[in-house]
This record gives sequence, structure tokens and C-alpha cells, in this order.
Amino acid sequence: MSKLLMLGDEAIAQGAIDGGLSGIYAYPGTPSTEIMEFVQVSKQAADLNIHRQWSANEKTAMESAIGMSYAGKRAMVCFKHVGLNVAADAFMNAAVTGVNGGLIVVSADDPSMHSSQNEQDSRFYAKFAMIPILEPANQQECYDMAYYGFELSEKLNVPVMLRITTRLAHSRADVLRKEIKKQNDIKLPSDPRQFVLLPAIARKNYKNLLLNQPSMEMESEKSAFNSYIQGTNTDMGIIATGIAYNYLMENYPDRKCPYPIVKVSQYPLPKKQITELYNTCKSIMVLEEGYPIVEEMIKGYLNVGKPIHGRLDGTLPRDGELNPNIVAKALGFTVTEGQPVPSIVKQRPPSLCQGCGHRDVYEDLNEALKEYGTGRVFADIGCYTLGALPPFNAINSCVDMGASITMAKGAADAGLVPAVAVIGDSTFTHSGMTGLLDAVVENSPITVIISDNSTTGMTGGQTSSAHGRIVEICKGLGVHPDHIKVMTPLKKFHEENVRIMKEELAYQGVSVLIPQRECIQTFARRKKEEKKESND
Amino acid sequence: MKNDIILAGVGGQGILSIAAAIGLAAVNNKLYIKQSEVHGMSQRGGDVQSHLRISDAPIASDLIPAGKADLIISVEPMEALRYLPWLSAEGWVVTNTVPFNNIPDYPQTEEILANVKKVKNHIAIDAEAIAKQAGSARAMNIVMLGAASLFLDIPFERIEEGIRQLFGKKGNDVVELNLKALRAGREFSEKNR
Ligand SMILES: Cc1ncc(C[n+]2csc(CCOP(=O)(O)OP(=O)(O)O)c2C)c(N)n1
Ligand code: SF4
Repeated sequence: MSKLLMLGDEAIAQGAIDGGLSGIYAYPGTPSTEIMEFVQVSKQAADLNIHRQWSANEKTAMESAIGMSYAGKRAMVCFKHVGLNVAADAFMNAAVTGVNGGLIVVSADDPSMHSSQNEQDSRFYAKFAMIPILEPANQQECYDMAYYGFELSEKLNVPVMLRITTRLAHSRADVLRKEIKKQNDIKLPSDPRQFVLLPAIARKNYKNLLLNQPSMEMESEKSAFNSYIQGTNTDMGIIATGIAYNYLMENYPDRKCPYPIVKVSQYPLPKKQITELYNTCKSIMVLEEGYPIVEEMIKGYLNVGKPIHGRLDGTLPRDGELNPNIVAKALGFTVTEGQPVPSIVKQRPPSLCQGCGHRDVYEDLNEALKEYGTGRVFADIGCYTLGALPPFNAINSCVDMGASITMAKGAADAGLVPAVAVIGDSTFTHSGMTGLLDAVVENSPITVIISDNSTTGMTGGQTSSAHGRIVEICKGLGVHPDHIKVMTPLKKFHEENVRIMKEELAYQGVSVLIPQRECIQTFARRKKEEKKESND
Repeated sequence: MKNDIILAGVGGQGILSIAAAIGLAAVNNKLYIKQSEVHGMSQRGGDVQSHLRISDAPIASDLIPAGKADLIISVEPMEALRYLPWLSAEGWVVTNTVPFNNIPDYPQTEEILANVKKVKNHIAIDAEAIAKQAGSARAMNIVMLGAASLFLDIPFERIEEGIRQLFGKKGNDVVELNLKALRAGREFSEKNR
């Protein structure tokens, strides 16, 4: 088959489709979003009738994927690293139920926090759940691992994690496809109680998971994704995981590194190869993108063996993503740098688009809150988080998706009244609804602003599960209809909107304000597509 | 043969189209390629960059090491300066001279251009004016590509082919306009290098 130029994300999607995928479940999040987006526009996926719609959040996505696996078919679930926190309950227990159809969990980490609130390393979750990890070093491995991951999952009877990081997710290179596998037929689990985690059954399943560990290790030892590469200089041995291997090799233009290397792209760690490296070399250097998880394991708590170098002893920086220069320094090469950045160069931070409705919402809100003073606006994650920056300086928190409403409630419980929550439409249905129920149950004096732009703007404008449903959801959760107010965030309604906000801020109970105006980016895209269609 | 290129600009200026056109040209020329780009937050008026690596041998890293880039192509003059630490001693800076001013403390244009001129090998081009002459200011990024094409180890015809492939779906007029912009940019570099 011919070579294709693909993003790491796209290669994963294509590998899964060719590997017999029946359904992909996901919630958008950088840098994982393009996996689902690729499947959604793939003609092959449409012809094969592969499920490919966004879920309301990562937990619902994970559970739907488990359901598809239960039915015997191959499923993939994708999210960014913090999405795994949301899906964690389902994820941890799926390791105990085991699978029926192959199940791949793609978690995309964002070291250096290019577009995230932390840089947690998903490999800890897989270790926690005691399941294998595939960590590709390049786009071809992205494809191959998604293709092969289902088989591995079915063979070992556990979900398999496919862990990528930003650079690989968003870098393009050529990929060679394999032959297309047929989807599994529907087939119920041979043990009808496999997925019933009553304590008695869970204990049995958990024992099996423990007994299964040596097989996972054996798979790693014989995996083609892991390799022991001989070297002549045994003063040091190098363990390079995932994409770190590329940064290592970049420093040897002839691709001949003098030190022995274990390239790790499948976990649990291949014990045989690691032991051989340790026995052969006087010291070990660990290169890994993310937290020093492998380094910690090799070093052990007491650190009594040979010298182990990496992020923990300062050979490499403790945080942030790797690059060829950081690795060069660790290897003792002098790093050539170009000229310094001239001092006149200024930062150019992202900002809300001109004409974005969130801008009007903050102008209205800042005005309405004048009499109460600042420090009482709990916001959430989305484009509207940029309201933290000048000229708005309008919000005081952004912690995790959904936290706006519940933090406002907690602050109101403490006596900070009025407390305001600002949340986007997609974030509201992701995890704001349950918090609103808490507030309704206690009739907390909070004002919730659901700034509804009819899309998931931050991640590029994906369909929002909230679309057209927000008012009914709020009513259904028990917010009094008199205190649900839809408004239009436009300059010409500024005074009216401020008046409504002031009224609701004064109300000693739950009010929900819904400023509604479509994101101008998705609006422009929609108009363009409509024009194209009418021309066709 | 190896070309390590940093593409720079501001979100929405079309640097990814430049990357795509070079990418197609490289693939048609049977070269290896790696191209990393930044998504997400960058869409909202922030600075964007892409590392584009082309070689006749397999490429290891998706990122270009500091001090090793052969070429910086920037659609915005201040953004060209941001990536100077990546430029090799003999590397070229090819930059548009028209500022994209969306921040309160944007420096004086003269100061920026003075700094561009301090780089040993540079081409500073008013891509907007040239694009307008070619038929549309929106082809500014393709003018930049044309200007930079002189420093790529890819035959010019291959790049023209890349443009045809990239814009083919949009009709012949769009293709011709962009080819015109491409050639005008190239001509400017030939005269001013
Ligand atoms: C748990 C989790 N999942 C996904 C993301 C990525 N993410 C950040 S904001 C956002 C959605 C924002 O949509 P919305 O609330 O509608 O606000 P908008 O950006 O449209 O203003 C997503 C998916 C995240 N930060 N955390
Ligand atoms: S992408 Fe849409 S929601 Fe985000 S800032 Fe721009 S207009 Fe606003």
C-alpha cells in the first residue's frame, strides 16, 4: 500500500480502522482531538459504519467503549491526559473486568503544558491499573500499535493503553498501511458474569489480573517495539522510551550511538533487556518524555545500586518536554545555539477573538458586579478562560472541567455571596450538570452563567452535546423557571443584560443566565460550507 | 541533503498551508519529511510555529535542534526574530515586513526591521503588496513560500506542483493566482539575495 503523510493522531486513527475497529468514543482535548476527527471524515469509516460520535465526557466515552468490548467488538477511546482523571473510575475497573472485544485507551499527554493545566503522565495510571502500555516513537509506530493493540488486548484480556505526547500527536511523517482486518462479529463474553464486579467476582478477576502480569511482561520482552541495541562503550547504558529515542538518535547523525540502548515502546518494562543493560554497563541514563517513572523504578527507593541518571538527579530537567538539545546536554555534547532573541520581541499571548460573545458576557458581568467587588467569579475551562487576562481580568478560578459551579457553591456555603460561576455549554454538559443539582438541592445563592456559543470552541469547534438542550436540562435539574434567563451577548443589549444580571445576583437562590450567540469561528465556517454546497 | 525549516507567524496567517505545500513537494520528490505543528490555544491570535524537516535520509527528531535550522520563513517580522536561537550561522531568514499588531506593546516596525537586517543572510519582503499585485492579499503566505523556495533543495517545478495539488479543489483561478504569487516571491528573492 502507498505511503501517507500523517499526524501521529491520524496514524492512530487509520491504524485502528485498518485493525478492525467497530467504534471510537472520545471527548475533545488537545492533543488528542484529531484522532476522532480523522475517523469522522474518513470515507472508509463511514462505509464500514464505524461508530464515531463525540461523547458528553471522557467517562461516558470510556464506559461506552467498555460496552462495545463486552459485545465482542473492537473499541477505542481517546482523550487528553486530564480526561483520564474523569474516566478513571471506569478505566481502573475495566482492568478488573477484562475485555471481550479488544479495547484500546488512548491518553494524550501534554508535557510543557502547551494547552493544559498540568503535565501528568498517563503511564502512572496504566501501572496503577496493571495493564500494558504502548508508547510509540514515531508515526509509523502510532499506526502499527493501534493496529496491533486490539489483538494484544484480546490475547491478554485487558484494556491496553496507547500513550502519546503532544509532539508526536501533532507531527506529520509518512506512514505505510497494512491490510485491512475485518471487524469482530457480535459475541457475548463466555463467562456471563465477567463484567459483574460484585466483590466475590471482583476478587477472582483481580487475582487473575495479578496472575496475568508475567504474561504481560513476556509480551514486552518479545515485542518488536522493544529492542536491545548493542554499543561499544559500556560506561553507560541508555533506556530511551517512546519519542525520547528520537532525540537520542538525533545527536548521532550516522545513527550510531556508542552506548548500549534499550528502546522501550511497550510496557511493563522488558525485564530481560533492562537487566542485561544494567549488568553490562557501569551506569544507566533514563530518557523519558514525562515524569521520571522508569527512572524511579530502576533506581528504587534506597538507590543503592549503580548510578542512575535522569530527571531525578538533575541530568535532565525535572519538568517539561524533552528536545534534542536537552538530551544533547545530558549526553555531554556542547549545544550550538543561534543568536539570542532580540529584547524588543514581545510575548504574543492568545486572546478571545474579536467579536466573540464571551467578550460581551465579561463586559456585562464586570459592570454588574461593580457594587459587590472583585474576587467572586469561578470560571471553568474553555475559550472563556481567557477572560482571566487583560482587558477583562474577570475571573478568579479555572481548576478542572465543571469546577466553576461547585466552587461557587462551596464559596457561597462559606458566606461569599453572591458567588458567580462562568461555564461554557460543552463544559456544562461535560460535568457541570451534577454540580448544578447539588446547588439546587441546597438552594445555594449562586448565579451560574452558561456562556453558550453552540460549540466546543477551545478545541476547534466540535459538536457540543449541550446544543439546544440547556434550558430544558436546567429546568429538569430543578432550577426555578423564573430564574433561568436567556440573553444575547451583544453591545446593543449591554444595559439590559447588566440589569438582568444585577437582579439575579441579588436573588438568594440558584439562578442560571444563558447568554447565547454562536462562536464566530464556527459561524464563519458554517457560512462558507453552506455557500460551497449551494454552489455545487 | 537536508533542509531544516522553521515556519513562523500568527494564528490564522496560513503558515500551515506553506508547510503543506512544501510537504507535498518533498513527498513528490521522494524525500523524507517530518513536520510538527502547534494546535490548540495558538488559534486565538497567539504566535504559531512549525518545524519542517526534509531530508534524503530518515529523520530522527520531530523537532529541529537549536542552532541547526537552515531557514526561517516568517509571515510576520517580529515572529521571525523569536526563532533566531534556532538559526544556524549560515542560515537564511526570509520574512514578510508587514507587522501583525494585535498586542498593546508591539515594537516600532523600524526597530524590528533593523534587527532583521542584522542577520547575516536575510530577505525582507513586503509580501502583502506583492500578493495584492498577484491578485489577492490572501496569497501573502504563498509569496513567502516563493521567496523562500530559492533556499530549498527542491526543484521549483515540484513546488509549483505542490501548489496545484493544494489548491486544485478550489478551481483554476485560485491555482493560477497562487502560482503567480509564488513566482513573484521567487523573483524578489532572486533579485535581492
Ligand atoms: C477533562 C478535560 N477534558 C477536555 C479538556 C479540553 N478542553 C478544554 S476546554 C474544552 C471545551 C470547552 O468548550 P465550552 O465549554 O463549550 O467552551 P468554549 O471553548 O466553546 O468557549 C475542552 C474540551 C480539558 N481541559 N479537560
Ligand atoms: S473560537 Fe469562538 S468561542 Fe473561542 S474565542 Fe474565538 S469566537 Fe470565541
